[in-house]
Amino acid sequence: MADAKLNRINLSEKDYDGAPSTMCRGCGHDAISASVQRAYFESSIDPRKVVKLSGIGCSSKTPAYFLSQSFGFNAVHGRMSAVATGANLANHALLPIGVSGDGDTSAIGLGNFCHMMRRNVNITYIIENNGVYGLTKGQFSATADVGSVMKGGKVNDIPAIDLAELAITLGATYVARSFSGDRKQLTPLVQGALAHKGSAILDVISPCVTFNNHEGSTKSLKYVKGHLDPIHDLDFIPPYENIEADYDEGTDHEVEMHDGSRIILHKLGQDYDPTNKLQAIQTIHGAIAEGKFLTGLIYYNPNRKEFAEELNLCDIPLSELTQDDLQPPLEALERINADLMK
Amino acid sequence: MDTPLINDLNICVATENGSGSASSNNILFKAIFKMGIPCSSKNMFPSNIQGLPTWYQIRASAEGYLSRKDVIDVMVMFNDATAAKDIYRVRDGGVILYDDSTPLSASLKRDGVQYVGFPANKLVAKLVPASPLRAKQRNMVYVGALAYLFGIDMSVIKSVLEDTFGKKPAVIESNLICIDAGYQYCKEQNYKQNIARLEPIPNGNQGKIITEGNTAAALGAIYGGASVICWYPITPSSSLAEAMEYYLPRLRKPKDGKKTYAIVQAEDEIASVGMVVGAGWAGARAMTSTSGPGVSLMNESIGLAYYAEIPSVFFIIQRGGPSTGLPTRTQQADISLMYGASHGDTRHIILIPHDMNSCFDLARQSFDYADRFQTPVFVAMDLDLGMNMWSSEPLKLNQDAYDYGKRLSAQNLEEWTKAGKKFRRYFDQDGDGIPYRTVPGNEHRLASYFTRGSGHDADARYSEDEHDYKYILDRLRKKFETARKFVPKPIIERERGVKTGIICYGSSFEPVREARDRLKARGLRTNHMLIRALPLTSEVRDFLAEHDTIYFVEQNRDGQMAAIIKDDWPELGAKIVSVLIYNGLPATPLEVVNQIFAAAQSAKTA
Repeated sequence: MADAKLNRINLSEKDYDGAPSTMCRGCGHDAISASVQRAYFESSIDPRKVVKLSGIGCSSKTPAYFLSQSFGFNAVHGRMSAVATGANLANHALLPIGVSGDGDTSAIGLGNFCHMMRRNVNITYIIENNGVYGLTKGQFSATADVGSVMKGGKVNDIPAIDLAELAITLGATYVARSFSGDRKQLTPLVQGALAHKGSAILDVISPCVTFNNHEGSTKSLKYVKGHLDPIHDLDFIPPYENIEADYDEGTDHEVEMHDGSRIILHKLGQDYDPTNKLQAIQTIHGAIAEGKFLTGLIYYNPNRKEFAEELNLCDIPLSELTQDDLQPPLEALERINADLMK
Repeated sequence: MDTPLINDLNICVATENGSGSASSNNILFKAIFKMGIPCSSKNMFPSNIQGLPTWYQIRASAEGYLSRKDVIDVMVMFNDATAAKDIYRVRDGGVILYDDSTPLSASLKRDGVQYVGFPANKLVAKLVPASPLRAKQRNMVYVGALAYLFGIDMSVIKSVLEDTFGKKPAVIESNLICIDAGYQYCKEQNYKQNIARLEPIPNGNQGKIITEGNTAAALGAIYGGASVICWYPITPSSSLAEAMEYYLPRLRKPKDGKKTYAIVQAEDEIASVGMVVGAGWAGARAMTSTSGPGVSLMNESIGLAYYAEIPSVFFIIQRGGPSTGLPTRTQQADISLMYGASHGDTRHIILIPHDMNSCFDLARQSFDYADRFQTPVFVAMDLDLGMNMWSSEPLKLNQDAYDYGKRLSAQNLEEWTKAGKKFRRYFDQDGDGIPYRTVPGNEHRLASYFTRGSGHDADARYSEDEHDYKYILDRLRKKFETARKFVPKPIIERERGVKTGIICYGSSFEPVREARDRLKARGLRTNHMLIRALPLTSEVRDFLAEHDTIYFVEQNRDGQMAAIIKDDWPELGAKIVSVLIYNGLPATPLEVVNQIFAAAQSAKTA
């Protein structure tokens, strides 16, 4: 067998593996993990310099499934942004990647998420988003569009949070959207995010294989149950294949979800300039008006300092400072005591 | 005719907040301190920026008592809104000072007190050009009046002004003019009072400092190595973080010209605790400072730090609860909240300072405890300790080496590997319940692991197995029991043969100290134990066993610490008679004495 390809630091792609995934077969999150792992490998990043962070949810489990050489922290629901900020303050030499879901980020985590971006904390932050356009039909999602169908047939009439637009408005300096099955687009976008110093937000549409049931779906659990031999286990979740996509820049692509519904992705073209904030927001809105999801690098600002640099932290990580660095001299306390005697 | 007491005087100044009275009260307090007289100050301020009532009590005590005294000898009545009640706050035979620029209404006259009036408004109108400052200067007039009446030398006042406003001679001048106007007016009127006199005690306060507990704690945290401070403003803890903002740049030498600390005002308490946990996980000495409502918000992540075993320090400056409660009043009502913070079976280490030096020293030590036990550590203070100005011995630094606990470097891991020892993150390696940890940035191939708040086994792997789960919970309890041997021990004062004991903690120390002297004078001798930490140590159990009667003084309604004692030692705990003081004002010796006598009485008649 031929030698495995090695990257610039003499690691093979296997060196970036994690534990086996526990996601449902065909889950979009696994496709994202594969792209993330590929990105680290291709960019020749040392896993020992990476810290993996997540909140709570299916997507938040995935950091265990790549880069087992890296430290990881599966925190609490919606608060990964704050935990990542703290970890970054303690050691700004570490390279954080945060994996979250649409509930973790746009519902409970919305506040912390906004402030993390305002500070431009250095992180590659991936939202594995299965809430858009009601992809997880029946489950509430703050990213579900107006008009999407919810449980019991109710149509959502509350406006969606567009995470890419929010990120641009609040100060993130690298904002991209992609689709879990579009490996060709996603991997380089992740690489770009990893190389970026500041808040790099990737909103990645990731179809859920399990919670996409609704009346009329030919792949819904109800349909499947009704057509299965009754002696089968009713907890059976049929295995799906991951939905893939591969289309050119500047074009549209229609993707059929597991339940038969469709979404349209529009990939930004070569001539798109991502450094214009207003244009970025207008382009997103333009796509929404046409019923499409914009994909690609939507916004990029190389000029803002990352948080640790704004705070003027010393080069040595705070976690590595010694007592000699941290404890002021006794004479200083004596001077303070003298001041307090007045 | 009573002889005036020397250096035994309790003054209450009633003003409107935002009127500049903080300035004048501060000068008064410092002047008495500078005379060498032991004194204390208690500020009762409203939860408001401007316009609500505030009372400032200054107590001079030759015997060195620092607690709030509820008998008020002198009332400076400078707030019309509260005057009707203020006239009754002062004792019979006391003195009321007031602004008689307008005549005193009949409804504000009562028998049995001496009224001293001076036209503060009119005097100031003559001396100070019309400006918003004029209202401020009005308060300076009563400083002069008090100085004349009770014997504060104007040279001392001048010296305090110079210390306070050294760099602004114009301010010193304008304050001095108004103070002097009050002084001279009272002199010309030949006002006399006969209740007390202030006399200088040479070198009486020599070498003593005046500070607030929050400042002392902030300094302790800096000396203790805090490098990540994430906080959200809340009364009465904000001044702790603000003191750190003030002192850090002055005390920490830069490294390559840059900072060795990050201080971040977060968007809320939940973000603050998230940042602290992230920073502690990554190996920095991380802390936050908040009050009861903040702890409520932080509960979830405190549980995460407990279960995932992440060092983190929480300064809690307690105030009146529940809910928004009394943001500007003191209490000790968050003990149970801190002890069992978060859902599930949790127990936390709490350090409890009682004076300025322990605020400094326990703050310094808190990071060692957090690192040693890999767990959240609370430093429990309260508004009285944190925000009032206390006189104290100078802050003393213990220069022991930092204890980073069982933290394995890459080199340690290499040594372990050679010795055939395996690093297992949540394993009871040494039998004391405390595992070993590594920290991100450690590049040894065996260093990394996944931290999670969900069920895990001794190797930090995700696990729902019942044996793994129970193992971790039992080991966490064992770790807590180990802490029992290491947390600060109580301070005990005992005489042989005395069978009544009084226990207290935190700022209850001063009122209890004075109460014990009064009880002794009335024939009841007591021993005393000051609890300085949770978990409770064996000394607490022994103290309970040694005494027939135990009074437990706390500043909360439900006897929260007493309940913890009863939980640890049910039979001994049954002896406890709770003395509960919880009206939001700092406890007084009188309240302690009254409750003890009442309890002793009902015990006799029972």
